[in-house]
Amino acid sequence: MAEKIPKSLNEIQTEVIETDLLIIGGGNAGCFAAYEAKTKNPSLRVTIMEKAHISRSGATAAGMDAINTYIRTDKGETPEKLVKWSRAQVGGGPIREDLALSNAELLNETVELLEEWGLPIVKDEDGHYKLRGRWDISIQGEQLKPIMAEKAMEVGAQVFNRVVATNLLMDGNRCVGAMGFGVRDGKFYVFHSKATIVSTGGACGIYKSPVTDYSGAHHQTWMCPFNVGTGYAIGIRGAAEMTSMEQRWIAIRTKDFCGPVDTISVAFGCMITNAKGERVMEVRYKDVGGDKAARFYRLNAPMTEWLEGRGPTYVDTTILSSEEAKDLREDLLNERPSFVLFLASRGHDITKEPVEIYGSDPYIVGGHTGSGYWVDMKRMTTVLGLFAAGETAGGNPNKFVGGCAVEGRLSARGAVDYIEKTTLPPLDTKQVEKEKERAFAPFMRGPEFDGVNPMEMEERMQRLMDEYAGGIHQFYRMNEERLDHALKNIKMLQDQTKYLYAKDLHSLMSAHEVSDRLDVAEVLVHHLKYRKETRWPGWQTRMDYPEVDPNLDCFIESVRDPKTGEIKIFTRPFEQLIPGDRTKA
Amino acid sequence: MPPKIDREKCDSCKAEKESLCEQICPGDLMTLDEDKKAYCRMPRDCWDCMSCVKACPKGAIETRIPYQLGYHVAKLIPMMGTNTITWTCIDINGKVERFQYINRGMLE
Repeated sequence: MAEKIPKSLNEIQTEVIETDLLIIGGGNAGCFAAYEAKTKNPSLRVTIMEKAHISRSGATAAGMDAINTYIRTDKGETPEKLVKWSRAQVGGGPIREDLALSNAELLNETVELLEEWGLPIVKDEDGHYKLRGRWDISIQGEQLKPIMAEKAMEVGAQVFNRVVATNLLMDGNRCVGAMGFGVRDGKFYVFHSKATIVSTGGACGIYKSPVTDYSGAHHQTWMCPFNVGTGYAIGIRGAAEMTSMEQRWIAIRTKDFCGPVDTISVAFGCMITNAKGERVMEVRYKDVGGDKAARFYRLNAPMTEWLEGRGPTYVDTTILSSEEAKDLREDLLNERPSFVLFLASRGHDITKEPVEIYGSDPYIVGGHTGSGYWVDMKRMTTVLGLFAAGETAGGNPNKFVGGCAVEGRLSARGAVDYIEKTTLPPLDTKQVEKEKERAFAPFMRGPEFDGVNPMEMEERMQRLMDEYAGGIHQFYRMNEERLDHALKNIKMLQDQTKYLYAKDLHSLMSAHEVSDRLDVAEVLVHHLKYRKETRWPGWQTRMDYPEVDPNLDCFIESVRDPKTGEIKIFTRPFEQLIPGDRTKA
Repeated sequence: MPPKIDREKCDSCKAEKESLCEQICPGDLMTLDEDKKAYCRMPRDCWDCMSCVKACPKGAIETRIPYQLGYHVAKLIPMMGTNTITWTCIDINGKVERFQYINRGMLE
């Protein structure tokens, strides 16, 4: 229902919550961080700031059908082998092998915790978790998110649902919490904390999705469309160093409904085919691994088939028996139930006709690819007191559900150690008042204001990024001139956020979402411009630099100067810890 | 994709401070209208995660595939049991299928 729009900032109540550990984003990593912190030290005050409701928020809202990484040591698998595989999936890196190894070492124990908490994990005859690929295990994960949320609450984390983060709270160069507003109660919230973990989702909706033109399907996206990159944006504005933003996650997905393909191809052995009935990966991509090629090849290959006149492209489900087809759809119901509805809405018997596939829109994530904060082994970012875990922590791709959960725990361990050595400085009320004014500005402009609504700006940004910064409608291709055009217009849009208006608290949230997406988009384009090569075709295709440049075998980093807004780009070296051919799993 | 509300069945979760669909929607999209009936404030922004459908105690919410993407009319109805979920799927040709499995607890 429509809220009463306040006439002045004084009408808006400010709520100050003092805590030991603030967790921004109560998703997978956030819930595990809360669990770990309270387990390590039950007397700690742990507070979760959550934009939605932690029982069904973010990327796992609909559920999950697999844990994509589990190390079957009885089959000779090791943490080192998992890191090697992860490195190969991103074309040999660069990846942070130090982070990846420490994650892998805690992985199995963490997955087993989920089972203990009530997640049904499928077993084989010997009682081991049943593999559906080399590392993937099947789960009946419809309740995955509620299970994690209940555990976070059970251990005593204080949860603030429906509170949107707008900025970090700083004490000089140290992060001492975050601020935001209640999307239900309209209050301004100040979380004043000794340590802060940012564990929000990544960024979806920076680019236009393939089916966005259809009126009822703006959010027909793979990544959760409510994950808008706020976790990155608050760090970017707070001068944190970001890494690998140009390593975009783009997936091959079912066409017209952005449904999972790995479940069909990896778990059920249905291969990618084209209009001519050819096995695309086997025929044209044998040299890079065929059907086991790195993920970006498995995206870029079908899209190249379309470009070269051999589309549509499919995963060949006609090899499945009726029982297998039913099992497959049962898996899909656990993760993306409406995909089963979509198939029914086409009267599609997948044993008779294959399932069409197409590329998704690009996402900026640290859980699949490596975009996010540069962190140390404790998962502290370059900002003192600010830790990152899950999608927001960069340099360590292919974490997925299990790895993000582990990272939540590791970040909490780092934060708990840090908290023991620190005290809370007095609250900077001037900073609080300034942020309150900024946060509510689109609201205070009033309903009669002649300005821009957040949806218009979002659509403008999404089309700009799609056409000029390598979106799906341009087959992910880009060049320097287009990126310059994108950057110029991102700056225009950022300037025009002063015209955004909100008619209610929901649209106030939307106004912040588009502003946050723009801040992420700006940094992303700087990263894309710096990588003057094509390292991951599809994820990052520079038409003007089609080859790999050995000089760019390094991490690309950025820091935004909070005073000037200037974005400084630099590099960090890649360090190989696990020997061997980096492109081989 | 817009959730479709059966206004006869929706009772705005009278006993709750806030209706369950409103509480649960990850996109803050479900809310009540002046007649205290649930609706989706921005149909274009729904992610079709079906959290509201599962949460509704009256079975008043249905996820629909927009016509631009699928034909009229298929249905997918979840029933939440104790540690189980049962889905009924009806395709555009009227073919009915049922899926039932454990969603909580340890599997053998």
